[in-house]
Amino acid sequence: MSEQNLNTLLKIRDLSIDFLQYERGLRRRITHPVSHLNLDVEAGQMVAIVGASGSGKSLLAHAVLGILPYNAVMTGTMEFDGQELTKKRIETLRGTEICLVPQGVSWLDPLMKVGSQVKDRSALACYGLGPEVDQMYPFELSGGMARRVLLATATSRTPRLVIADEPTPGLPLDRARRALSHLRDMAEDGAGVLLITHDVELALEVSDRIAVMHEGTVVENALAGDFPYPQRLNHPYAKALSRALPQNEFFGGGAI
Amino acid sequence: MKLNIVMKKALRLVLLLLGVSAAAFFLVSISPIDPLQTNIGQAALGSMTEEQIETLRQYWGVDVPAGERFLYWLSDAVRGDFGTSLLYRRPVMEVIGEKAGYSLGLMTFAWIISGVVGFLLGVISGACKERLPDRFITGGALFLSGTPAFWIALVFLTVFAVELGWFPVGLAVPMGVPADQVTLWDKLYHACLPALTLSVTGISNIALHTREKMVQVMESDYVLFARARGEDPRSVVLRHGLRNVILPAMTLQLGSISEILGGSVLVEQVFSYPGLGQAAVTAGLGGDVPLLLGITILSAILVFAGNLAADLLYSVVDPRMKKGGEPR
Repeated sequence: MSEQNLNTLLKIRDLSIDFLQYERGLRRRITHPVSHLNLDVEAGQMVAIVGASGSGKSLLAHAVLGILPYNAVMTGTMEFDGQELTKKRIETLRGTEICLVPQGVSWLDPLMKVGSQVKDRSALACYGLGPEVDQMYPFELSGGMARRVLLATATSRTPRLVIADEPTPGLPLDRARRALSHLRDMAEDGAGVLLITHDVELALEVSDRIAVMHEGTVVENALAGDFPYPQRLNHPYAKALSRALPQNEFFGGGAI
Repeated sequence: MKLNIVMKKALRLVLLLLGVSAAAFFLVSISPIDPLQTNIGQAALGSMTEEQIETLRQYWGVDVPAGERFLYWLSDAVRGDFGTSLLYRRPVMEVIGEKAGYSLGLMTFAWIISGVVGFLLGVISGACKERLPDRFITGGALFLSGTPAFWIALVFLTVFAVELGWFPVGLAVPMGVPADQVTLWDKLYHACLPALTLSVTGISNIALHTREKMVQVMESDYVLFARARGEDPRSVVLRHGLRNVILPAMTLQLGSISEILGGSVLVEQVFSYPGLGQAAVTAGLGGDVPLLLGITILSAILVFAGNLAADLLYSVVDPRMKKGGEPR
């Protein structure tokens, strides 16, 4: 499954995100939702980041896209395609080479027609959405339609890196599978895909690698094929996640 | 369905006007002002015969119980006759028509200017949250909102009319010029400073609210996504910011007609501008109940119309309400 000499598309080293907060007057508080995180995403591969809510998964995505809140301080390095990913470079790449598939319909402007929010309108047709969707407002979309529209926003350009932030919650299983298979297709077409999810099972079905995020950092980076076997993992949190998989109940703790 | 809504709104307006006029009448009736003493003066009353005073008492309706007077007024009012102003000795509608000509111009100007300027300042401020422009605008708006309208009027009067001499000190037309020789320019020139003052006092409200809404929009998921799609800050503000902020701003501005009305009373007083506000003060202090009620009714209708327009605006402009209401 994993070829040698993979082209590392996104390389994150020692990424930390601190938040400056003021509480009760002038007392400053600094929180560290992401600390010393390392992660690689290769072209043509799909990497799933799994972890509980609040473990910093979305912040990681926002950092790569340069859309962190104003009171966030980011340190560490990010490289895209071998070159440092500076704030300036992000601004030219996002929307064209780096694309975000957001969580839900609230990520679309409620007062703007769907067609105007998808740069390449033909992409709607690729996901089986009729021409009438173009003229619809986000509130008129059903859950499944919204999901496809959001995917279409990413595919309407030819992205090299796609970051999908929780694209499946609230979808019935078959729909969720279909949404993920679209992302898988993008990887097959040569893009690097970073899938952020807390659904480990689904992530295992489509991803090449699983990165487990816990308390703001990646504690385990495993091949998807290794993940169901706790003994092949190092970090206790990752082992616990692995043991919690339904197939491991079946295997009685993961010894094959 | 539509007719039903119109009927409901009409009924609401009738009830509102009834309530407002009754409340206004009640307040006047418990006011300690004796119209005779106020308008004729203690000295003049002292030199009058009993008969003369009795005629005046009848003219001002002093001896008729308040409830009865209200019913008299109401029975005429529903037929469109709002009576005769006791101070101006002309039909109330005629007096109001004349005064409203001045006031409505003043208020319309102030309403539009404060709305447009306040909205733009709010958008800029919200888009630059906690940066220099925001600090200046928010600071200025807070200062203005903490400043009484009459004080601003006095300061403007002192600076621009007295010290700099750019504008006339008061009144709506030049003094000593025959009415038929007053030009439109004269009227505009005299309206400038009061209108400007009234505009300035209305800015802070809309600016601060628009800023809050703008900050919310700028922190929303869809703005985050717009940025992630590569839209630059300018495009985000113009494409998504304005679109989502303009409706609440319009609603607010339509709902704030009452504040412009209230402000105009003070501003007209300071500038001796002969509009509705000044007439209302004169009527209130002089016990001219028919005129006061007429002005009250007109004000209530204006405020009601503003709120109604805000309601209708949403169903016409907001796609979520427009399309949501249609059967699909």
